[in-house]
Amino acid sequence: MPNEPRPALIHARALTKRFGEMTAVDAIDFDVAPGEAFGFLGPNGAGKTSTMRMIGCVSPRSGGTLEVLGMDPDHDGPAIRARLGVIPQQDTLDMELTVQENLWIYARYFDLSYAEARERSKELLEFVQLQDRAKDEVQNLSGGMKRRLTIARGLINEPDLMLLDEPTTGLDPQARHLLWDRLYRLKQRGVTLVLTTHFMDEAEQLCDRLVVMDKATIVAQGSPRQLIERYATREVLELRFPQGVQETLNGKLDGLADRIEHLPDRLLLYTPDGDAAAAAVHDRGLAPESVLVRRSTLEDVFLRLTGRTLIE
Amino acid sequence: MAATMPRVTRWPAVRVFEHHVMVYRRTWRGSIVTSFLSPVLFLSAMGLGLGTLVDANNPGGIAGVTYLVFLAPGLLASSAMQTAAFESTYPIMSGMVWMKTYEAMVTSPIAPRSVVFGQLAWVATRLTIVASVFLGVMFAFGAATFPSALIAVPFAVLTGLAFAAPIQAFSATQKNDTNFNAIFRFGITPLFIFSGTFFPVTQLPIYLQPIAWLTPLYHGVALSRGAALGTLDLPTALIHIGVLIAFIAIGIAASLVTFRRRLVS
Amino acid sequence: MLLRLFPIIPFGSRRAGRLVERNVWVYRHGWLIIFSGFFEPLFYLLGIGFGLGKLVGSVNGLTYAQFVAPALLATAAMNGAIYDSTFNMFFKLKFAKTYDAVLSTPLGVGDIAVGEVAWALIRGTLYSLGFMVVIFMLGLALSPWALLAVPAAMLIGFAAAAIGTSCTTFIRKWQDFDMVFVVTLPLFLFSATFFPITAYPDAIRILVEFTPLYRGVHLIRGLTTGQIEPMLLVDCLYLIVLGLIGLAIVSRRLKFLLLK
Repeated sequence: MPNEPRPALIHARALTKRFGEMTAVDAIDFDVAPGEAFGFLGPNGAGKTSTMRMIGCVSPRSGGTLEVLGMDPDHDGPAIRARLGVIPQQDTLDMELTVQENLWIYARYFDLSYAEARERSKELLEFVQLQDRAKDEVQNLSGGMKRRLTIARGLINEPDLMLLDEPTTGLDPQARHLLWDRLYRLKQRGVTLVLTTHFMDEAEQLCDRLVVMDKATIVAQGSPRQLIERYATREVLELRFPQGVQETLNGKLDGLADRIEHLPDRLLLYTPDGDAAAAAVHDRGLAPESVLVRRSTLEDVFLRLTGRTLIE
Repeated sequence: MAATMPRVTRWPAVRVFEHHVMVYRRTWRGSIVTSFLSPVLFLSAMGLGLGTLVDANNPGGIAGVTYLVFLAPGLLASSAMQTAAFESTYPIMSGMVWMKTYEAMVTSPIAPRSVVFGQLAWVATRLTIVASVFLGVMFAFGAATFPSALIAVPFAVLTGLAFAAPIQAFSATQKNDTNFNAIFRFGITPLFIFSGTFFPVTQLPIYLQPIAWLTPLYHGVALSRGAALGTLDLPTALIHIGVLIAFIAIGIAASLVTFRRRLVS
Repeated sequence: MLLRLFPIIPFGSRRAGRLVERNVWVYRHGWLIIFSGFFEPLFYLLGIGFGLGKLVGSVNGLTYAQFVAPALLATAAMNGAIYDSTFNMFFKLKFAKTYDAVLSTPLGVGDIAVGEVAWALIRGTLYSLGFMVVIFMLGLALSPWALLAVPAAMLIGFAAAAIGTSCTTFIRKWQDFDMVFVVTLPLFLFSATFFPITAYPDAIRILVEFTPLYRGVHLIRGLTTGQIEPMLLVDCLYLIVLGLIGLAIVSRRLKFLLLK
């Protein structure tokens, strides 16, 4: 049957994780197709990492079904993990070993021979641009280098599926862009990527499809473009007023936009045409200190869906 | 204009000392138990248990006293050495590398030299606690005479500092803790066994004895034992104290250099 | 039945060796640490056995060095295994997150438990071999049975590593390690290490006879002095059972800690 869709690499229905009384993941459904880059977006504590750990077979699920690579994590953990590449939130490198030794021993965990381990680690160090540091001790590497080494380590078994938990958190812009580039190349090679992030630009850059998680459930899913169309307008008008004026604007902006958001320091007007809205503001005799028209981003979607309160 | 004058911390070393006290308030329970249990166990096993065999074999006693009485002051000096060595290795690594508490200190008006003196003042305090508890146990075992043996406490503190100052100077140059093992295995443990704690140094082969004289522990044990047995005369005491102070002075001078190099560069 | 009680033994098979490889790699950088561990019992043997031995005279018809050497071998086997399975393991578990990395590969929790205990055992065996060479060279072994002291020391190391590792899984912070000291110091001092067990009053003697290090000292002393008796088999059995209990606890606890 040629028209039947290729089976999902990850298939989750009513997937649930509880820690005692606390429900970290509450009956979520999702599928990840081969070759796609799939993102979990959400504030801290939304349940992203718990979901990733269940997929990585290091956290038994409390309920629902979960299939990874067509197998059940509860029974086939080692067989599934043999085909996964995992990039944890915090680097778990062996600080006492050198860069290449980290790759070699990790290769051994996957039952590669030393000859294979050497060959592959050489390729991978070039891939992540660490070939000059092969013999350095890991503790002397910068944060970005450690992260790249962790990526190389996750690739040592030529995984079908990569799990990346906040891959670029804490990196400087150069290091982030280098990492994105490498991840993009992996995707082109057909590696399926599943990542969590709370950087909207990262999600827009990398993900074909994403789900937004909040308070243990999935609140929206789709491609970045679809989500923006569905939950935001085409453009956003940002207005900043002199101190104390914003509070006196009650009602004066009504009808100028689809939706108005009051932030402590500025107002956001969601509208299909930002310039027209800006002109209308001036027509009503208001004089904001600064006016900015921009396209909507995932960040607007994210903040609308998960609220603006700080979640720790 | 007085209001805009920046306020410079007075007595910065005391602030460093306060930090150590504050941390110790969270962690003292375990260390008090061990500093009490350690002398009780050592004195009953080696002093009483093994001592029975030694005394039966030496009717005249060791240096004229029972083995328990001979051993106890030696162990007191040794435990000061061990406490000092521990407090001057891993906590320094923590302050410099692991938790970087010293780095945090020198971003305030506190200078590296104050970190050195605050740290030493803290080690001296720890040594006073450990030595006092130890001496208390010795009194309970009848291994020392009250109150003349009380002078052994400052002697033990001096002994400990003679190790703490040079060792902390070394620790401040280290990037990780691998060399600490070597200090304990090739320094502290052999000193513990061979510096007159368990048997008089005169039992050692004649060519090893001068080496023993060069170690701070030998002088610490001599002072501590002299104080406990009441056999100390002033000139020898002054020589022993002089040697210990020399170790402390050299250690402080070295620490001032290594701490500054590590913390301000 | 036995397999149900100790499921990790078939479970943590070939792959556990990978973890041993990892530790070998790490220690290639710090070989001095391993090498230096050999000197500690040697210092005790020279200082206590010979130095203090001159004051002690003979014990139960043995020179003091002959009496104390097997006990030092037994305590060295225990201390080495305890150190590796407590401090080092706690660091890997809590700070280096070594095992979290291992668990994202086909290796499982059982492999970690078996691998770590096996590594502690290998290290301990190296020390025991070195120390036995010294014992033979100094003429402190009185019987060819002494050759069996190395496997006997491995048994002690196995029991200590398994129990040590299982205790580590309960430890929350560094200060808890004072408890390790509170347990190992009395074992070191009172297990008929430095003076014969006959020095105790009956009640205490029976209590000491039930402790693991005493069984180990008794076993090795029996072998090096050639006093072979059926009780030595009881010593072996005791240590094996203790080790298996430890392993069972470890794999259960690690599952709880790492697979949340």
